[in-house]
Amino acid sequence: MPKRTDIQSVLVIGSGPIVIGQAAEFDYSGTQACRVLKAEGLRVILVNSNPATIMTDPEIADATYVEPITPEFVEKIIAKERPDALLPTLGGQTALNTAIALNESGALAEYGVELIGANVEAINKGEDRDQFKDVVAAVRARTGHGESARSVICHSMEEVLAGVDGLGGYPVVVRPSFTMGGAGSGFAHDEEELRRIAGQGLTLSPTTEVLLEESILGWKEYELELMRDKHDNVVVVCSIENFDPMGVHTGDSITVAPAMTLTDREYQTLRDVGIAVIREVGVDTGGCNIQFAVDPADGRVVVIEMNPRVSRSSALASKATGFPIAKIAAKLAVGYTLDEIPNDITEQTPASFEPSLDYVVVKAPRFAFEKFPAADDTLTTTMKSVGEAMAIGRNFPEALNKALRSLEKKGSQFDFATPPGDKEALLAKAARPTDGRINTVMDAIRAGATQQEVFDSTKIDPWFTDQLFLINEIAEEVAAAPELSPQLLGEAKRYGFSDAQIAAVRSLREDVVREVRHALGIRPVYKTVDTCAAEFAARTPYFYSSYDEESEVAPREKPAVIILGSGPNRIGQGIEFDYSCVHASFALGEAGYETVMVNCNPETVSTDYDTSDRLYFEPLTLEDVLEIVHAERAAGPVAGVVVQLGGQTPLGLAQALKDNGVPIVGTSPEAINLAEERGAFGRVLEEAGLPAPKYGTAYSFEQAKVIAAEINYPVMVRPSYVLGGRGMEIVYDEPSLAGYLERHAGLISEHPVLIDRFLDDAIEIDVDALYDGRELYLGGVMEHIEEAGIHSGDSACALPPITLGGHDIKRLRASTEAIARGVGVRGLINIQFAMSGDILYVLEANPRASRTVPFTSKATAVPLAKAAARISLGSTIAELRQEGMLPAAGDGGDLPMDAPISVKEAVLPWTRFRDVQGRGVDTVLGPEMRSTGEVMGIDSVFGTSYAKSQAAAYGALPTKGRAFISVANRDKRSLIFPARELVAMGFELLATSGTAEVLKRNGLNATVVRKHSQGRGPDGEPTVVQLIHGGHVDLIVNTPWGTGGRLDGYDIRTAAVARAVPCLTTVQALAAAVQGIEALTRGEVGVRSLQEHAAHLTAARKSS
Amino acid sequence: MMTTSTGRAARTPAVLVLEDGRSFRGRAYGAVGETFGEAVFNTGMTGYQETLTDPSYHRQVVVMTAPHIGNTGINDEDPESTRIWVAGYVVRDPARTPSNWRSVRTLDEELTAQGVVGISGVDTRALTRHLRERGAMRVGIFSGEAAAAGEATLLERVRSAPAMAGADLCGEVATKVPYVVPAQGTKRFTVAAVDLGIKGMTPQRMAERGIEVHVLPADARAEDVYAVEPDGVFFSNGPGDPATAEHPVALMREVLERGTPLFGICFGNQILGRALGFGTFKLKYGHRGVNQPVQERSSEGTWAGGKVEVTAHNHGFAVDAPLDAVSETPYGRAEVSHVCLNDDVVEGLRLLDRPAFSVQYHPEAAAGPHDAAYLFDRFVALMGGDPDHQHSTTQHMEGQRA
Repeated sequence: MPKRTDIQSVLVIGSGPIVIGQAAEFDYSGTQACRVLKAEGLRVILVNSNPATIMTDPEIADATYVEPITPEFVEKIIAKERPDALLPTLGGQTALNTAIALNESGALAEYGVELIGANVEAINKGEDRDQFKDVVAAVRARTGHGESARSVICHSMEEVLAGVDGLGGYPVVVRPSFTMGGAGSGFAHDEEELRRIAGQGLTLSPTTEVLLEESILGWKEYELELMRDKHDNVVVVCSIENFDPMGVHTGDSITVAPAMTLTDREYQTLRDVGIAVIREVGVDTGGCNIQFAVDPADGRVVVIEMNPRVSRSSALASKATGFPIAKIAAKLAVGYTLDEIPNDITEQTPASFEPSLDYVVVKAPRFAFEKFPAADDTLTTTMKSVGEAMAIGRNFPEALNKALRSLEKKGSQFDFATPPGDKEALLAKAARPTDGRINTVMDAIRAGATQQEVFDSTKIDPWFTDQLFLINEIAEEVAAAPELSPQLLGEAKRYGFSDAQIAAVRSLREDVVREVRHALGIRPVYKTVDTCAAEFAARTPYFYSSYDEESEVAPREKPAVIILGSGPNRIGQGIEFDYSCVHASFALGEAGYETVMVNCNPETVSTDYDTSDRLYFEPLTLEDVLEIVHAERAAGPVAGVVVQLGGQTPLGLAQALKDNGVPIVGTSPEAINLAEERGAFGRVLEEAGLPAPKYGTAYSFEQAKVIAAEINYPVMVRPSYVLGGRGMEIVYDEPSLAGYLERHAGLISEHPVLIDRFLDDAIEIDVDALYDGRELYLGGVMEHIEEAGIHSGDSACALPPITLGGHDIKRLRASTEAIARGVGVRGLINIQFAMSGDILYVLEANPRASRTVPFTSKATAVPLAKAAARISLGSTIAELRQEGMLPAAGDGGDLPMDAPISVKEAVLPWTRFRDVQGRGVDTVLGPEMRSTGEVMGIDSVFGTSYAKSQAAAYGALPTKGRAFISVANRDKRSLIFPARELVAMGFELLATSGTAEVLKRNGLNATVVRKHSQGRGPDGEPTVVQLIHGGHVDLIVNTPWGTGGRLDGYDIRTAAVARAVPCLTTVQALAAAVQGIEALTRGEVGVRSLQEHAAHLTAARKSS
Repeated sequence: MMTTSTGRAARTPAVLVLEDGRSFRGRAYGAVGETFGEAVFNTGMTGYQETLTDPSYHRQVVVMTAPHIGNTGINDEDPESTRIWVAGYVVRDPARTPSNWRSVRTLDEELTAQGVVGISGVDTRALTRHLRERGAMRVGIFSGEAAAAGEATLLERVRSAPAMAGADLCGEVATKVPYVVPAQGTKRFTVAAVDLGIKGMTPQRMAERGIEVHVLPADARAEDVYAVEPDGVFFSNGPGDPATAEHPVALMREVLERGTPLFGICFGNQILGRALGFGTFKLKYGHRGVNQPVQERSSEGTWAGGKVEVTAHNHGFAVDAPLDAVSETPYGRAEVSHVCLNDDVVEGLRLLDRPAFSVQYHPEAAAGPHDAAYLFDRFVALMGGDPDHQHSTTQHMEGQRA
């Protein structure tokens, strides 16, 4: 039965900013879905507050609303657009929760919007713990298999404490209802832990509900991805087995597809149960994910949970199998059945089948604990990883080794060269799951641990550990062999060893191993991901490497451009870079090139086999890229490799690729180096007559001391060559400098430390620009809300700049052009400036696509990454203006006066992390980037845009109530005006005694509240922290105290996070918030699509 | 459940030689020696134990497309017959340490104990693609001393091995003596099952539904069948070319004449096809796997809107019957009831005027999904005289047994 004819328009809800547990995978899924729906002739209306997504590109949907994903805003969009249907299953938990809220408020009924893809009853059955237990019980009655872990639902701490006994005592698992990525869940081993975790969980759950569960720690963990159509045809797209047994969130586990350690009978049991669950829950059409635990001792099956929507796992399954779950879910939602949808890859066979894999897929998580040194790095049922890499190999060891090297993190690959250490200590360490546990296990094996010992310590399935033993045996053979024979080298490669690993084992240089290997003719072949284990011919060139016999790369005629992606998402290098890579692929494809994408991140649009002409799902290391270049050169002409769009990962490979004879297009590796090397860049600035803050490079503490004294405190210190401000700190005096170098012991001996003057009170400005060698196109100028010193990635910013005048822009343009010319940029450059007094300092320049390119592109309606890709391959800005890719005249620096104001706000993962005592981590911003994602608020005036950005990132700003204010001395002066505004708008002020005094002297009455350290007063007066926890505070302004005392407001800020009260940590943010609150109070905040904004902007550009 | 890994054991070289001259080098797996058969590939990612013991694989060398084989070892519950039937086994990465609470020994040990010659470490995907493009063909695996001869000699030996087309094999795999699988619970019906290479799960699925199954040898005559006073007659799966199955075809015609409810699976489907007067033919490379989409004709008699089931297949031959027309046969009208959506191959037949139907695929699964278990219910309904048997129980039975 073909598609429904009663639906002409559909609203798709995205997932909002990238946060832990809800990341780029929803851009991949949502983009696929929007494209499919549009191709079906439906009017697609999209809402997503995340500008760094492909799905919010104006051509993906008919009306794209970059607006907060809250019931209020979505209802406004519904009122305006009047869609026939709402598809809520593609935007993660955010979209699902919003859809449920709209249903409950009656908005959907009021506007006659039908929910498609999932019904409310099914969503509740799948997500509500109690209802899901009934589902599982019903399934057991029908199939004879599957059960729930013994559990009890609790709505209060009393119920929680009483519940433990009924489950047979500790440990117990706590799971809050309706939270995403398992937020707030964890294991409690005693009452203290239970009180903490359950208390948090009750708060986090929108229904104040937690589930207490028997522990099934150490069981085998599996997931099935299923799809069902309206005729009740059900297929299992993929099975996934977790390398890490139960106890570690599946998002934090190393996972393997297909399942490796199930007999057919056991697998079919899971399949039967899975199908029965999807039917019982009543997911009419679309995908769902079901998680199982299997007792390794007797096969008892516990059904853990199901998600009645596409998920991170479904994105992984899609990439792992070539079966595009989101795309097919969208088709099913509009009425098709599985047998009516062709399998894209074979084209000849239908989608109503179950993919068969003739390879192994391994996903490995990437963590960012180094950004949150106070956080407990034990892996639990709360997801903590910020990204992931996937690798494909013809066997598990090959895929595993590729996945580990795809993580691009020091120490992520197995190390067979350094002594492993003490076996017992290693086994003890391996018992606690952490980032890199697999490396500890390997070290234990190297130290002589037996299979049984490894199992006893980790409960990792013996089949997996045996594969680790196998890898180690090969390493030992490689080490012991008198010479590197072709057989042995080939064998090591078949098990996924990198040239670098072999080199380390043999005490050789990596390039020497590579030369030997090439001389022996040992090279990888490229196999196809084809959904069917070669049963049918594949039409889609989706490749992975393997050291096997036969390659499947077909010859081609057109010149190819190889685009290097950005690898696993991490803080500082996320979806924004994928956005640019995808744009390059689109633009170069249109310009007549054969586009070849290389990436290893399964969450992204770039690794959708539909994005580029060819996809290589491969690690982004020199070795792997060189082999791809070799294979593609054998297939046809290669015009070059694009390295400047995928962030630091490909940029770091540029010089080595060039040294190996690979043509790099765009900005040359030498120019890249010029911008990154401090001395050389200093000369560029000098020649252009541009000031930079005073700085120095220190190779020892003594040197650092002298340099810092010369520059004057405060200074900013950081290791050289970093992205995302890793290890960057502001130090205010010599003791803190010493402390910094002590904390980063070993740093200074390996890398020099850069010491910069810290520009207190400066305005920070970001510029994205294009340069073709002759002409500069100023893409956009962003003015940061927070002052310099807060990492640009964590700072909110406005575009066009709100306080800079024409003269400032002129200076910025001239400086940008001088730097672009001096460095030799061909493509994009991002420069950070600081305006202090009247001096414009250059902080740094990055000759590559920046994190802000998608934001700038959307705010100005100009596709900067596409233009950059074209410039890389020789087009000029003049040509692109003529073509219409860039505006005919003018640029992002001279936007019309009535251009909309766009505000970018960063989203930070505070709720995810706890220290070992279980307390929250501090939320103060600093020079080290810690945000995982961003949102955009766009409107005609700054206040409204800012208010939207806050609503999208954290929840709406309050328009009345109590504001608690406690600021550092240096901020007290600038506090008066915004505080006065708050009072004028009807807020009651609460303050600590010092701040209250200042306010009082300025004629503002504030209620004095007790500090946390003072404790409850003699008459039981609560402290501010207690007030926050009690829900008596609506807005918090708390700036950190000057030197050393940055922890003073710690308890206030962590309480704010726990209670989700807006908390501003800079006075600049307060000033912006006041404007936002004012805009909200003034009246109706409207919604406007990007297409409308663009039309407005284009018209204004023409008339100006 | 856990055996200590034996280290990277001595590697005996092995070679696989196809009749068209392509060869693959690897290592001996299982028994060392030589073996010949028809090279076919199986795309199942689970169920190697069931595959190995499926009598339909007699005289075939099975290439597993899933790279890791043997991970769950061997247990004593999952075999589909009393022995391994494959003539040879081709895998990429055999497990060293099996892991499963039911495992009692390794697959390697089992293959060796049963004298099955295998080869590991070959590019099974390249081999599969070759077979897909060139079709199933004869193959030899040589390991140890047998591999020492030159490739030309080995190729000559492969080419002189018998081919699958024209092979009459079911007599070689079927039981020689009748036996009875008792009904579970209350006995409702008696079925005479003609063993042409029957898999253990088939009588099991019937027994679960209250059927007492009398399994009869392949050369059973009508008198033998009717001696058990059957409520229904079943024709099993089995190896070989259906064109050679003269005896089973003749036997089935007698059953059709008498109008006894009849159900056939796989080879049994081909025999029904031939009994009705349709031809059978050899597929280029067959269907072998557990992920094949089969659509049943809808209750309106059309394909569109028909239910799709994911099914287990193991067949190299197929029935040649029109998909979109009702055929007149000596036993009344017949139609194709099921079709494979991948390639439009006939996957099921049914008579419209007599109580007989068959499917080309494996509703008993083992290995494979349980989507088609309803066909056993349909057989029960047929024997129960349900006039509307064709769509009596379309509700899928998931997980009757797992």
